[in-house]
Amino acid sequence: MDDLYRDFILEHYKRPRNFGELEPHDLAAHEYNPLCGDQLGVQIRVEDGRIADLRFNGQGCAISQAAASIASEELIGMALDEAAALDADWMLDLLGIEISATRRKCALLSLKALRHAITGKGTWPVGAGDSQSAS
Amino acid sequence: MATRAATELDIRADFPILAREIDGRRIVYLDSSATSQKPEAVLAAMDVYYRRHNANIHRGVYPLAQEADALFEGARERIAAFTGGSARTTVFTRNVTEAINLVAHSWGRANLRSGDVVLLTAMEHHSNIVPWQLVAAATGARLRWLEIDEHGQLSLGQLDAELARGDVRLVALAHVSNVLGTINPVSEVVRRAHSAGALVLVDAAQAVPQMPVDLGEIAADFYAWTGHKALGPTGIGVLHGDAEQLERMPPFLAGGDMVERVGRESSSWKELPWKFEAGTSMIAEAVGLGAAVDYLAALGMERVREHERALTAYALEALRSLDGVRIFGPPSAEERGGVVSFALEGIHPHDVAELLGREGVCVRASHHCAQPLMAKLGVPATARASFGPYNVRADVDALVRAVEGTQRVFA
Repeated sequence: MDDLYRDFILEHYKRPRNFGELEPHDLAAHEYNPLCGDQLGVQIRVEDGRIADLRFNGQGCAISQAAASIASEELIGMALDEAAALDADWMLDLLGIEISATRRKCALLSLKALRHAITGKGTWPVGAGDSQSAS
Repeated sequence: MATRAATELDIRADFPILAREIDGRRIVYLDSSATSQKPEAVLAAMDVYYRRHNANIHRGVYPLAQEADALFEGARERIAAFTGGSARTTVFTRNVTEAINLVAHSWGRANLRSGDVVLLTAMEHHSNIVPWQLVAAATGARLRWLEIDEHGQLSLGQLDAELARGDVRLVALAHVSNVLGTINPVSEVVRRAHSAGALVLVDAAQAVPQMPVDLGEIAADFYAWTGHKALGPTGIGVLHGDAEQLERMPPFLAGGDMVERVGRESSSWKELPWKFEAGTSMIAEAVGLGAAVDYLAALGMERVREHERALTAYALEALRSLDGVRIFGPPSAEERGGVVSFALEGIHPHDVAELLGREGVCVRASHHCAQPLMAKLGVPATARASFGPYNVRADVDALVRAVEGTQRVFA
Protein backbone atom coordinates (compact mmCIF):
# COMPACT_ATOMS: atom_id res chain seq x y z
CA MET A 1 0.00 0.00 0.00
CA ASP A 2 2.79 2.40 0.85
CA ASP A 3 6.33 2.69 2.04
CA LEU A 4 5.73 2.73 5.78
CA TYR A 5 3.72 -0.47 5.93
CA ARG A 6 5.94 -2.59 3.69
CA ASP A 7 5.61 -6.35 3.95
CA PHE A 8 8.73 -6.88 6.04
CA ILE A 9 7.54 -4.30 8.61
CA LEU A 10 4.17 -6.02 8.92
CA GLU A 11 5.90 -9.41 9.04
CA HIS A 12 8.10 -8.31 11.97
CA TYR A 13 5.07 -6.72 13.68
CA LYS A 14 2.99 -9.87 13.44
CA ARG A 15 5.84 -12.27 14.32
CA PRO A 16 8.38 -10.26 16.32
CA ARG A 17 11.78 -11.89 16.84
CA ASN A 18 13.31 -12.15 20.32
CA PHE A 19 10.18 -11.05 22.15
CA GLY A 20 9.30 -12.31 25.61
CA GLU A 21 11.00 -12.65 28.98
CA LEU A 22 14.69 -13.43 29.52
CA GLU A 23 15.54 -15.02 32.87
CA PRO A 24 18.06 -14.59 34.27
CA HIS A 25 19.16 -11.24 32.84
CA ASP A 26 21.82 -8.71 33.82
CA LEU A 27 20.34 -5.49 32.44
CA ALA A 28 16.74 -4.32 32.00
CA ALA A 29 14.81 -1.15 31.29
CA HIS A 30 11.40 0.09 30.22
CA GLU A 31 10.60 3.02 28.01
CA TYR A 32 7.33 4.62 27.13
CA ASN A 33 6.09 6.74 24.24
CA PRO A 34 3.52 9.17 25.64
CA LEU A 35 2.37 10.09 22.13
CA CYS A 36 0.56 6.83 21.60
CA GLY A 37 1.04 4.80 24.76
CA ASP A 38 3.62 2.42 23.32
CA GLN A 39 5.56 0.54 25.98
CA LEU A 40 8.74 -1.34 25.39
CA GLY A 41 10.90 -3.25 27.83
CA VAL A 42 14.25 -4.91 27.20
CA GLN A 43 16.14 -7.57 29.14
CA ILE A 44 19.76 -8.34 28.33
CA ARG A 45 22.14 -11.13 29.38
CA VAL A 46 25.79 -10.08 29.23
CA GLU A 47 28.78 -12.36 28.71
CA ASP A 48 32.36 -11.12 28.24
CA GLY A 49 31.15 -7.56 27.59
CA ARG A 50 28.82 -8.67 24.83
CA ILE A 51 25.05 -8.98 24.49
CA ALA A 52 24.77 -12.76 24.83
CA ASP A 53 21.00 -12.71 24.60
CA LEU A 54 18.23 -10.14 24.55
CA ARG A 55 14.44 -9.97 24.66
CA PHE A 56 12.11 -7.10 24.06
CA ASN A 57 8.62 -7.06 25.51
CA GLY A 58 5.69 -4.68 25.48
CA GLN A 59 3.00 -3.44 23.19
CA GLY A 60 2.85 -0.77 20.59
CA CYS A 61 2.32 0.21 17.01
CA ALA A 62 3.67 -1.64 13.98
CA ILE A 63 6.62 0.72 13.68
CA SER A 64 7.87 0.49 17.27
CA GLN A 65 7.39 -3.28 17.47
CA ALA A 66 8.93 -4.02 14.07
CA ALA A 67 11.87 -1.74 14.84
CA ALA A 68 12.56 -3.63 18.08
CA SER A 69 12.30 -6.97 16.30
CA ILE A 70 14.64 -5.94 13.48
CA ALA A 71 17.12 -4.36 15.90
CA SER A 72 17.16 -7.45 18.13
CA GLU A 73 18.63 -9.54 15.32
CA GLU A 74 21.54 -7.12 15.01
CA LEU A 75 22.09 -6.62 18.73
CA ILE A 76 22.61 -10.18 19.88
CA GLY A 77 26.38 -10.76 19.87
CA MET A 78 27.23 -7.05 19.76
CA ALA A 79 29.72 -5.56 22.26
CA LEU A 80 27.94 -3.55 24.96
CA ASP A 81 29.96 -0.38 24.38
CA GLU A 82 29.26 -0.62 20.67
CA ALA A 83 25.53 -1.05 21.38
CA ALA A 84 25.55 1.91 23.77
CA ALA A 85 27.00 4.12 21.02
CA LEU A 86 24.33 3.26 18.41
CA ASP A 87 22.52 6.36 17.19
CA ALA A 88 19.21 7.18 15.56
CA ASP A 89 20.67 6.90 12.07
CA TRP A 90 21.65 3.30 12.76
CA MET A 91 18.05 2.45 13.64
CA LEU A 92 16.53 4.41 10.75
CA ASP A 93 18.98 2.90 8.23
CA LEU A 94 18.14 -0.54 9.55
CA LEU A 95 14.43 0.10 9.02
CA GLY A 96 15.08 1.45 5.56
CA ILE A 97 11.75 3.25 5.25
CA GLU A 98 10.75 6.89 5.28
CA ILE A 99 9.78 7.87 8.83
CA SER A 100 7.77 11.05 9.40
CA ALA A 101 8.67 13.33 12.28
CA THR A 102 5.68 12.17 14.31
CA ARG A 103 6.60 8.48 13.94
CA ARG A 104 10.29 8.95 14.75
CA LYS A 105 9.63 8.37 18.44
CA CYS A 106 7.96 5.07 17.60
CA ALA A 107 10.90 3.95 15.46
CA LEU A 108 13.45 4.89 18.12
CA LEU A 109 11.71 3.51 21.20
CA SER A 110 13.68 0.25 21.21
CA LEU A 111 16.95 2.16 20.92
CA LYS A 112 15.88 4.34 23.85
CA ALA A 113 15.11 1.26 25.95
CA LEU A 114 18.42 -0.35 24.96
CA ARG A 115 20.46 2.72 25.94
CA HIS A 116 18.53 2.98 29.17
CA ALA A 117 19.31 -0.64 30.03
CA ILE A 118 23.02 -0.28 29.29
CA THR A 119 23.67 3.16 30.78
CA GLY A 120 21.05 3.08 33.55
CA LYS A 121 19.87 6.48 32.40
CA GLY A 122 16.37 6.84 31.02
CA THR A 123 12.96 8.32 31.39
CA TRP A 124 11.71 5.59 33.69
CA PRO A 125 13.32 3.76 36.59
CA VAL A 126 14.01 0.10 35.90
CA GLY A 127 10.90 -1.96 36.52
CA ALA A 128 8.53 0.99 36.18
CA GLY A 129 7.17 -0.09 32.83
CA ASP A 130 3.61 -0.05 34.05
CA SER A 131 3.83 3.51 35.34
CA GLN A 132 1.78 6.23 33.74
CA SER A 133 3.17 9.38 32.26
CA ALA A 134 1.51 12.74 31.92
CA SER A 135 0.92 14.58 28.70
CA MET B 1 -25.38 32.17 8.92
CA ALA B 2 -27.22 28.90 8.63
CA THR B 3 -30.98 29.04 8.87
CA ARG B 4 -31.74 25.92 6.87
CA ALA B 5 -34.90 23.93 7.42
CA ALA B 6 -33.55 20.50 6.45
CA THR B 7 -33.38 17.95 9.26
CA GLU B 8 -29.78 17.05 8.48
CA LEU B 9 -27.51 20.03 8.88
CA ASP B 10 -25.18 20.77 6.00
CA ILE B 11 -23.15 23.79 7.00
CA ARG B 12 -19.81 22.75 5.51
CA ALA B 13 -19.76 25.82 3.27
CA ASP B 14 -19.55 28.04 6.38
CA PHE B 15 -16.17 26.48 7.33
CA PRO B 16 -13.37 27.61 4.97
CA ILE B 17 -10.92 24.91 6.07
CA LEU B 18 -13.30 22.15 4.97
CA ALA B 19 -12.90 23.29 1.35
CA ARG B 20 -9.21 22.37 1.49
CA GLU B 21 -7.77 19.26 -0.08
CA ILE B 22 -4.62 17.48 1.08
CA ASP B 23 -2.87 15.24 -1.47
CA GLY B 24 -5.92 15.56 -3.67
CA ARG B 25 -8.33 14.35 -1.00
CA ARG B 26 -10.97 16.39 0.78
CA ILE B 27 -10.52 16.72 4.54
CA VAL B 28 -12.82 14.38 6.44
CA TYR B 29 -12.46 16.04 9.82
CA LEU B 30 -13.40 13.65 12.64
CA ASP B 31 -11.44 15.17 15.51
CA SER B 32 -13.81 17.78 16.89
CA SER B 33 -13.44 16.47 20.44
CA ALA B 34 -9.83 17.66 20.23
CA THR B 35 -10.71 20.96 18.62
CA SER B 36 -13.52 22.17 16.38
CA GLN B 37 -13.18 23.94 13.06
CA LYS B 38 -14.17 27.61 12.88
CA PRO B 39 -16.94 29.16 10.80
CA GLU B 40 -16.36 32.24 8.67
CA ALA B 41 -18.43 34.29 11.13
CA VAL B 42 -15.89 33.67 13.92
CA LEU B 43 -12.88 34.40 11.71
CA ALA B 44 -14.51 37.60 10.45
CA ALA B 45 -15.45 38.84 13.93
CA MET B 46 -11.86 38.48 15.15
CA ASP B 47 -10.48 40.05 11.98
CA VAL B 48 -12.82 43.04 12.24
CA TYR B 49 -11.96 43.44 15.89
CA TYR B 50 -8.26 43.79 15.13
CA ARG B 51 -8.78 45.88 11.98
CA ARG B 52 -11.27 48.34 13.43
CA HIS B 53 -11.74 48.18 17.20
CA ASN B 54 -8.47 47.10 18.85
CA ALA B 55 -7.64 48.88 22.10
CA ASN B 56 -7.05 47.72 25.65
CA ILE B 57 -10.15 47.36 27.76
CA HIS B 58 -11.32 48.57 31.17
CA ARG B 59 -9.31 51.75 31.57
CA GLY B 60 -9.54 53.65 28.31
CA VAL B 61 -11.94 56.58 28.09
CA TYR B 62 -11.37 57.41 24.43
CA PRO B 63 -14.00 56.15 21.95
CA LEU B 64 -11.90 53.32 20.47
CA ALA B 65 -11.28 51.84 23.93
CA GLN B 66 -14.96 52.11 24.70
CA GLU B 67 -15.73 50.13 21.54
CA ALA B 68 -13.30 47.40 22.58
CA ASP B 69 -14.80 47.37 26.06
CA ALA B 70 -18.32 47.05 24.70
CA LEU B 71 -17.30 44.23 22.35
CA PHE B 72 -15.54 42.32 25.14
CA GLU B 73 -18.21 42.69 27.80
CA GLY B 74 -20.96 42.27 25.20
CA ALA B 75 -19.40 38.94 24.23
CA ARG B 76 -19.36 37.93 27.89
CA GLU B 77 -23.10 38.69 28.17
CA ARG B 78 -23.92 36.52 25.15
CA ILE B 79 -21.53 33.72 26.16
CA ALA B 80 -23.10 33.65 29.63
CA ALA B 81 -26.62 33.68 28.20
CA PHE B 82 -25.77 30.81 25.83
CA THR B 83 -25.70 28.38 28.76
CA GLY B 84 -28.27 30.25 30.86
CA GLY B 85 -25.67 31.90 33.08
CA SER B 86 -25.13 35.51 34.15
CA ALA B 87 -22.21 37.68 33.09
CA ARG B 88 -21.28 38.47 36.70
CA THR B 89 -20.50 34.81 37.43
CA THR B 90 -18.91 34.02 34.05
CA VAL B 91 -15.12 34.17 34.32
CA PHE B 92 -12.84 33.98 31.30
CA THR B 93 -9.84 31.66 31.59
CA ARG B 94 -7.38 30.34 29.04
CA ASN B 95 -9.10 26.96 28.73
CA VAL B 96 -10.86 24.33 30.86
CA THR B 97 -7.57 23.27 32.40
CA GLU B 98 -7.01 26.78 33.72
CA ALA B 99 -10.62 27.01 34.92
CA ILE B 100 -10.22 23.82 36.96
CA ASN B 101 -6.86 24.98 38.26
CA LEU B 102 -8.54 28.22 39.34
CA VAL B 103 -11.07 26.30 41.41
CA ALA B 104 -8.54 23.78 42.74
CA HIS B 105 -6.12 26.50 43.75
CA SER B 106 -8.51 29.16 45.00
CA TRP B 107 -11.44 27.19 46.42
CA GLY B 108 -9.42 24.05 47.14
CA ARG B 109 -6.64 25.58 49.22
CA ALA B 110 -9.09 27.75 51.15
CA ASN B 111 -11.55 24.95 51.90
CA LEU B 112 -9.94 21.51 51.82
CA ARG B 113 -8.44 20.10 54.99
CA SER B 114 -6.70 16.89 55.93
CA GLY B 115 -9.21 14.04 55.73
CA ASP B 116 -11.47 15.78 53.19
CA VAL B 117 -12.16 13.96 49.96
CA VAL B 118 -12.42 15.10 46.34
CA LEU B 119 -14.46 12.53 44.45
CA LEU B 120 -13.45 12.02 40.80
CA THR B 121 -14.58 9.51 38.17
CA ALA B 122 -12.63 6.90 36.24
CA MET B 123 -13.43 8.70 32.97
CA GLU B 124 -11.87 12.09 33.79
CA HIS B 125 -9.54 13.96 31.48
CA HIS B 126 -6.11 14.71 32.97
CA SER B 127 -7.25 18.33 33.34
CA ASN B 128 -9.77 17.20 35.96
CA ILE B 129 -7.32 14.89 37.75
CA VAL B 130 -3.91 16.51 38.05
CA PRO B 131 -5.03 19.84 39.62
CA TRP B 132 -6.75 17.82 42.36
CA GLN B 133 -3.64 15.72 42.92
CA LEU B 134 -1.67 18.92 43.52
CA VAL B 135 -4.24 20.46 45.84
CA ALA B 136 -4.55 17.15 47.72
CA ALA B 137 -0.79 17.06 48.24
CA ALA B 138 -0.89 20.66 49.51
CA THR B 139 -3.87 20.29 51.88
CA GLY B 140 -3.80 16.66 53.01
CA ALA B 141 -7.10 15.99 51.28
CA ARG B 142 -7.53 12.66 49.48
CA LEU B 143 -8.92 11.60 46.11
CA ARG B 144 -11.49 8.85 45.69
CA TRP B 145 -12.93 7.54 42.45
CA LEU B 146 -16.31 6.62 41.02
CA GLU B 147 -15.90 3.59 38.79
CA ILE B 148 -17.55 2.91 35.43
CA ASP B 149 -19.43 -0.18 34.31
CA GLU B 150 -18.83 -2.18 31.10
CA HIS B 151 -20.83 0.42 29.14
CA GLY B 152 -18.72 3.27 30.48
CA GLN B 153 -21.41 4.58 32.79
CA LEU B 154 -21.34 5.74 36.41
CA SER B 155 -23.40 4.22 39.18
CA LEU B 156 -25.53 6.62 41.23
CA GLY B 157 -25.57 3.88 43.88
CA GLN B 158 -21.79 4.15 44.23
CA LEU B 159 -22.10 7.94 44.33
CA ASP B 160 -24.58 7.68 47.21
CA ALA B 161 -22.31 5.24 49.05
CA GLU B 162 -19.33 7.56 48.67
CA LEU B 163 -21.33 10.60 49.77
CA ALA B 164 -22.70 8.68 52.78
CA ARG B 165 -19.17 8.38 54.16
CA GLY B 166 -19.49 12.06 55.02
CA ASP B 167 -16.04 13.23 53.97
CA VAL B 168 -16.65 14.27 50.36
CA ARG B 169 -16.30 18.03 49.96
CA LEU B 170 -16.33 18.19 46.17
CA VAL B 171 -17.39 15.95 43.30
CA ALA B 172 -15.52 16.75 40.07
CA LEU B 173 -16.77 15.05 36.93
CA ALA B 174 -17.08 15.36 33.16
CA HIS B 175 -20.47 16.25 31.72
CA VAL B 176 -19.61 14.21 28.61
CA SER B 177 -16.61 11.86 28.40
CA ASN B 178 -14.09 12.80 25.72
CA VAL B 179 -13.28 9.13 25.14
CA LEU B 180 -16.45 7.12 25.79
CA GLY B 181 -18.96 9.79 24.91
CA THR B 182 -20.89 8.95 28.07
CA ILE B 183 -23.36 11.70 29.02
CA ASN B 184 -23.28 11.81 32.80
CA PRO B 185 -26.44 12.65 34.77
CA VAL B 186 -24.92 15.83 36.16
CA SER B 187 -28.17 17.35 37.51
CA GLU B 188 -28.77 14.20 39.51
CA VAL B 189 -25.16 14.15 40.74
CA VAL B 190 -25.48 17.78 41.84
CA ARG B 191 -28.78 17.13 43.65
CA ARG B 192 -27.31 14.20 45.59
CA ALA B 193 -23.99 15.92 46.30
CA HIS B 194 -25.72 19.05 47.61
CA SER B 195 -27.92 16.93 49.90
CA ALA B 196 -24.70 15.52 51.33
CA GLY B 197 -23.13 18.97 51.74
CA ALA B 198 -20.64 18.55 48.88
CA LEU B 199 -20.02 20.94 45.99
CA VAL B 200 -19.82 19.87 42.33
CA LEU B 201 -17.48 20.93 39.54
CA VAL B 202 -18.47 19.90 36.02
CA ASP B 203 -15.92 19.70 33.19
CA ALA B 204 -18.20 20.54 30.28
CA ALA B 205 -15.56 20.77 27.55
CA GLN B 206 -17.40 18.15 25.47
CA ALA B 207 -20.96 19.12 26.45
CA VAL B 208 -21.43 22.79 25.63
CA PRO B 209 -20.36 22.42 21.96
CA GLN B 210 -22.93 19.76 21.17
CA MET B 211 -26.01 19.91 23.38
CA PRO B 212 -28.36 22.41 24.99
CA VAL B 213 -27.11 23.36 28.45
CA ASP B 214 -29.15 25.08 31.15
CA LEU B 215 -26.97 26.08 34.08
CA GLY B 216 -30.03 26.79 36.20
CA GLU B 217 -31.27 23.25 35.77
CA ILE B 218 -27.84 21.65 36.38
CA ALA B 219 -27.15 23.87 39.42
CA ALA B 220 -23.46 22.91 39.62
CA ASP B 221 -21.22 25.10 41.78
CA PHE B 222 -18.60 25.27 39.03
CA TYR B 223 -19.16 24.57 35.34
CA ALA B 224 -16.20 24.91 32.95
CA TRP B 225 -15.93 24.78 29.18
CA THR B 226 -13.65 26.01 26.43
CA GLY B 227 -14.04 28.11 23.31
CA HIS B 228 -11.98 26.19 20.78
CA LYS B 229 -14.10 23.04 21.03
CA ALA B 230 -17.25 25.15 20.51
CA LEU B 231 -16.36 26.64 17.10
CA GLY B 232 -14.48 29.49 18.79
CA PRO B 233 -10.78 30.33 18.95
CA THR B 234 -8.12 28.80 21.19
CA GLY B 235 -7.01 30.76 24.24
CA ILE B 236 -10.39 31.33 25.87
CA GLY B 237 -12.14 29.15 28.41
CA VAL B 238 -15.20 29.83 30.52
CA LEU B 239 -15.83 29.20 34.19
CA HIS B 240 -19.37 29.65 35.44
CA GLY B 241 -19.37 29.71 39.24
CA ASP B 242 -21.90 29.97 42.00
CA ALA B 243 -21.93 33.66 43.01
CA GLU B 244 -21.59 32.95 46.73
CA GLN B 245 -18.63 30.62 46.24
CA LEU B 246 -16.88 33.00 43.85
CA GLU B 247 -17.39 35.91 46.28
CA ARG B 248 -15.77 33.98 49.13
CA MET B 249 -12.85 32.60 47.10
CA PRO B 250 -9.51 34.39 47.10
CA PRO B 251 -8.10 35.49 43.72
CA PHE B 252 -6.26 32.93 41.59
CA LEU B 253 -3.75 34.90 39.50
CA ALA B 254 -2.94 38.37 40.78
CA GLY B 255 -1.71 41.55 39.14
CA GLY B 256 -3.07 44.13 36.77
CA ASP B 257 -6.76 44.66 36.05
CA MET B 258 -8.10 42.43 38.86
CA VAL B 259 -7.47 45.00 41.60
CA GLU B 260 -9.45 47.93 42.91
CA ARG B 261 -6.87 49.60 45.19
CA VAL B 262 -3.22 48.69 45.48
CA GLY B 263 -1.18 49.80 48.47
CA ARG B 264 2.39 48.97 49.30
CA GLU B 265 1.38 46.22 51.71
CA SER B 266 -1.99 45.04 50.50
CA SER B 267 -4.64 45.43 47.85
CA SER B 268 -8.35 44.97 47.33
CA TRP B 269 -10.02 43.13 44.51
CA LYS B 270 -12.44 44.10 41.83
CA GLU B 271 -15.96 42.72 41.82
CA LEU B 272 -16.94 39.52 40.05
CA PRO B 273 -16.04 38.36 37.52
CA TRP B 274 -12.98 40.63 37.14
CA LYS B 275 -11.48 39.53 40.47
CA PHE B 276 -10.43 36.35 38.66
CA GLU B 277 -9.14 37.98 35.47
CA ALA B 278 -5.59 39.22 36.02
CA GLY B 279 -3.68 40.98 33.26
CA THR B 280 -4.90 42.00 29.84
CA SER B 281 -7.67 39.62 28.81
CA MET B 282 -8.04 37.60 25.63
CA ILE B 283 -10.12 40.31 23.97
CA ALA B 284 -10.15 39.13 20.35
CA GLU B 285 -10.79 35.58 21.56
CA ALA B 286 -13.79 36.69 23.60
CA VAL B 287 -15.13 38.49 20.52
CA GLY B 288 -14.53 35.31 18.48
CA LEU B 289 -16.25 33.09 21.03
CA GLY B 290 -19.14 35.56 21.15
CA ALA B 291 -19.54 35.07 17.39
CA ALA B 292 -19.30 31.29 17.85
CA VAL B 293 -22.14 31.13 20.38
CA ASP B 294 -24.22 33.42 18.13
CA TYR B 295 -23.61 30.96 15.28
CA LEU B 296 -24.50 27.93 17.44
CA ALA B 297 -27.57 29.67 18.85
CA ALA B 298 -28.76 30.43 15.30
CA LEU B 299 -28.36 26.75 14.37
CA GLY B 300 -30.20 25.82 17.55
CA MET B 301 -28.52 23.53 20.05
CA GLU B 302 -31.44 21.06 20.00
CA ARG B 303 -30.80 20.68 16.28
CA VAL B 304 -27.05 20.36 16.73
CA ARG B 305 -27.59 17.63 19.33
CA GLU B 306 -30.06 15.76 17.11
CA HIS B 307 -27.71 16.04 14.13
CA GLU B 308 -24.74 14.66 16.07
CA ARG B 309 -26.86 11.97 17.73
CA ALA B 310 -28.03 10.74 14.32
CA LEU B 311 -24.47 10.76 12.93
CA THR B 312 -23.22 8.86 15.98
CA ALA B 313 -25.97 6.25 15.62
CA TYR B 314 -25.08 5.89 11.95
CA ALA B 315 -21.37 5.49 12.76
CA LEU B 316 -22.01 2.98 15.57
CA GLU B 317 -24.14 0.85 13.25
CA ALA B 318 -21.63 0.98 10.39
CA LEU B 319 -18.61 0.15 12.56
CA ARG B 320 -20.47 -2.66 14.32
CA SER B 321 -21.18 -4.26 10.97
CA LEU B 322 -17.43 -4.79 10.46
CA ASP B 323 -15.50 -7.72 11.94
CA GLY B 324 -12.66 -7.10 14.38
CA VAL B 325 -13.89 -3.72 15.65
CA ARG B 326 -14.28 -3.10 19.38
CA ILE B 327 -16.29 -0.02 20.32
CA PHE B 328 -15.98 1.60 23.74
CA GLY B 329 -18.69 3.38 25.70
CA PRO B 330 -22.49 3.31 25.92
CA PRO B 331 -24.14 1.12 23.26
CA SER B 332 -26.82 3.65 22.31
CA ALA B 333 -26.29 7.02 20.65
CA GLU B 334 -29.04 8.41 22.92
CA GLU B 335 -26.69 7.95 25.86
CA ARG B 336 -23.57 9.42 24.31
CA GLY B 337 -22.16 12.52 22.71
CA GLY B 338 -20.78 12.66 19.18
CA VAL B 339 -17.71 10.55 19.77
CA VAL B 340 -16.84 6.94 18.94
CA SER B 341 -13.69 5.39 20.37
CA PHE B 342 -12.74 2.09 18.84
CA ALA B 343 -9.99 -0.48 18.50
CA LEU B 344 -9.23 -2.75 15.55
CA GLU B 345 -8.15 -6.25 16.49
CA GLY B 346 -4.40 -6.75 15.96
CA ILE B 347 -3.79 -3.18 14.81
CA HIS B 348 -2.40 -0.49 17.08
CA PRO B 349 -4.52 2.72 17.17
CA HIS B 350 -1.51 4.73 16.05
CA ASP B 351 -1.30 2.68 12.86
CA VAL B 352 -5.06 3.06 12.41
CA ALA B 353 -4.80 6.85 12.61
CA GLU B 354 -1.81 6.92 10.26
CA LEU B 355 -3.53 4.83 7.59
CA LEU B 356 -6.84 6.69 7.96
CA GLY B 357 -4.94 9.97 7.68
CA ARG B 358 -3.60 8.93 4.29
CA GLU B 359 -7.21 8.72 3.10
CA GLY B 360 -7.90 12.23 4.39
CA VAL B 361 -9.78 10.91 7.43
CA CYS B 362 -8.64 12.82 10.52
CA VAL B 363 -9.07 10.76 13.69
CA ARG B 364 -7.05 10.83 16.88
CA ALA B 365 -5.16 7.86 18.26
CA SER B 366 -3.94 8.37 21.78
CA HIS B 367 -4.80 8.01 25.42
CA HIS B 368 -6.87 11.19 24.92
CA CYS B 369 -5.38 12.64 28.12
CA ALA B 370 -7.27 9.99 30.09
CA GLN B 371 -4.58 7.50 31.07
CA PRO B 372 -6.40 6.19 34.17
CA LEU B 373 -9.36 5.41 31.90
CA MET B 374 -7.11 3.64 29.36
CA ALA B 375 -5.75 1.50 32.22
CA LYS B 376 -9.33 0.70 33.25
CA LEU B 377 -10.26 -0.28 29.67
CA GLY B 378 -7.08 -2.36 29.43
CA VAL B 379 -5.80 -0.63 26.29
CA PRO B 380 -2.78 1.66 25.75
CA ALA B 381 -4.81 3.97 23.51
CA THR B 382 -7.88 4.07 21.32
CA ALA B 383 -8.68 5.46 17.90
CA ARG B 384 -11.38 8.10 18.22
CA ALA B 385 -13.71 9.61 15.66
CA SER B 386 -15.61 12.64 16.93
CA PHE B 387 -18.17 14.82 15.24
CA GLY B 388 -18.97 18.50 14.91
CA PRO B 389 -22.12 20.12 13.53
CA TYR B 390 -20.41 20.35 10.10
CA ASN B 391 -19.97 16.60 9.69
CA VAL B 392 -22.25 14.68 7.35
CA ARG B 393 -23.01 11.03 6.66
CA ALA B 394 -20.48 10.97 3.82
CA ASP B 395 -17.78 11.59 6.46
CA VAL B 396 -18.85 8.45 8.30
CA ASP B 397 -18.87 6.52 5.01
CA ALA B 398 -15.29 7.68 4.35
CA LEU B 399 -14.30 6.58 7.86
CA VAL B 400 -15.76 3.11 7.37
CA ARG B 401 -14.09 2.68 3.95
CA ALA B 402 -10.73 3.73 5.41
CA VAL B 403 -11.14 1.33 8.36
CA GLU B 404 -11.78 -1.51 5.92
CA GLY B 405 -8.69 -0.47 3.94
CA THR B 406 -6.60 -0.48 7.13
CA GLN B 407 -7.80 -3.97 7.98
CA ARG B 408 -6.76 -5.13 4.50
CA VAL B 409 -3.21 -3.79 4.99
CA PHE B 410 -2.86 -5.76 8.21
CA ALA B 411 -4.76 -8.86 7.02
